[in-house]
Amino acid sequence: MIEFDNVSYDYGGSPLFSQLSLTLAPGSFHFLTGPSGAGKTTLLRLCYGDLQAKTGKVRLFGQDAGTLDRDGVAMSRRRIGVVHQECQFLDHLSVAENIALPLTVAGRSAEADGNLQELLSWVGLGPQAGRLPPQLSGGERQRAALARAVIMSPDVIIADEPTGNVDWDMSQRLLALLVELNRMGKTVLIATHDLTMIRSLKSDVDARVLRLKDGQITAAGAAL
Amino acid sequence: MKGLLDLIVGDPQADRVVPPTGITARLTVFVAGVMAFLALIALAISLTTGRVADRWADELAQAATLRLPADPDQASGILIKALEVLETTPGVASARALSSEEQQALLAPWFGTDLPLDTLSIPQLIEVIAAEDPYDPAGLQARLTAEIPGAVLDDHGSWRAPLLAAASRVRLIGGAVILLIAASVAAMITLAAHASLSANAQVIRVLRQIGARDVYIARAFVRRYTLRTGLGAIVGVVSALIVLQLLPDDGGFIAEVGFAGAGWIWPVIVPLLAAVVAFFATRAAAFARLREQT
Repeated sequence: MIEFDNVSYDYGGSPLFSQLSLTLAPGSFHFLTGPSGAGKTTLLRLCYGDLQAKTGKVRLFGQDAGTLDRDGVAMSRRRIGVVHQECQFLDHLSVAENIALPLTVAGRSAEADGNLQELLSWVGLGPQAGRLPPQLSGGERQRAALARAVIMSPDVIIADEPTGNVDWDMSQRLLALLVELNRMGKTVLIATHDLTMIRSLKSDVDARVLRLKDGQITAAGAAL
Repeated sequence: MKGLLDLIVGDPQADRVVPPTGITARLTVFVAGVMAFLALIALAISLTTGRVADRWADELAQAATLRLPADPDQASGILIKALEVLETTPGVASARALSSEEQQALLAPWFGTDLPLDTLSIPQLIEVIAAEDPYDPAGLQARLTAEIPGAVLDDHGSWRAPLLAAASRVRLIGGAVILLIAASVAAMITLAAHASLSANAQVIRVLRQIGARDVYIARAFVRRYTLRTGLGAIVGVVSALIVLQLLPDDGGFIAEVGFAGAGWIWPVIVPLLAAVVAFFATRAAAFARLREQT
């Protein structure tokens, strides 16, 4: 699905990580942990083509991301659902329209009606479908972002601190949704510094924990 | 054709991804309207000037003036001889001696209306109208010189040439005005599109993130600005046509300002041209701005 082959990245000459190799196999579930500033978000952005590796190769679905043109990046992103801590929506569109947006931009609006109702119920946002994003609570926004990320039935779901702005109960609901998606065969990568969250899921999912620290990535596993 | 149809009909879903922008939209329509109004008025003046100049030049080309020597003792004899020469010259449709009143009217701007013409030695003038297959001016002049020494045939060439040159310059100025207005529209649309793209940076970010291609994002802006500009230009053109209709009919140049014949294509072309300019200006601005983003 997504492969890093000796990838390096730096900001203005200051190296964030180097010689990083990583494979996200189809249907796998990964947590990405590490201290703040370790480069978790950068690594995620490399995963969905938002950044280009300085050296090495990032392969998205077998294609070298560095050789993709802008359309190629866009087409790859249709296969990757992304959920950010700070969810961004089009505030002039309703929640339902925002969730259906990936289908709209892909010219598949007609499919939206059927999938949308099901998805809204799945994330528990049926009653809020007609509201505008600014009228949603933090948890509702996260669930709406997750619904938007999965409506195209992407192969990979990437979440950057998805529970950062929600309470414990809501974070458990969101994680349960991600686990359910993984059981449906989706590859999931979650960046978080919340170890409690990881531990809470240990029994539910066969997750691999990657720790990013000092520019290197290690499998944390049992240490958690 | 399909692309144009797609642009006009659009995709309501795709259009909605860009939020409506109040002031930019109104300004675009307003400026496009003003530009189209000015363009059409400039074109009407330019085309009318050209038309009038052409008509005058045609009239001058058809007519010539024969000036006979001012000899009071032989005036009537010279006149008869000149008319005989003219009537027997192939290519002369008609020849008519100007009356005293007509000659007096010609001199009135310089000498006033109470000029005692019959007491002065004034050359007799003959208006010569050429046939469709006109006479040879040089040949006629040679024949007249032989028959009536001192007779001068003026084919108005010295008047017509500057008139034609002036008409040509006015047309050029009209063309330059249209180009300048088109360039202004392009500049204005580019600025407005950039402002709109900046104001919608978050929208673009979200769209790119969920897999929207540049062409999809650009199309939403391009369609909006193209239609707004086209609409504004139509309003401007209709306003200009109304103003042209309301110009006072003073029997002079002002009454003639407007479009005639093939010139009526311009009220159709101007909004189309404005829309085409807006299309390419917005497209260029949108793609340039999108390339700056990941």
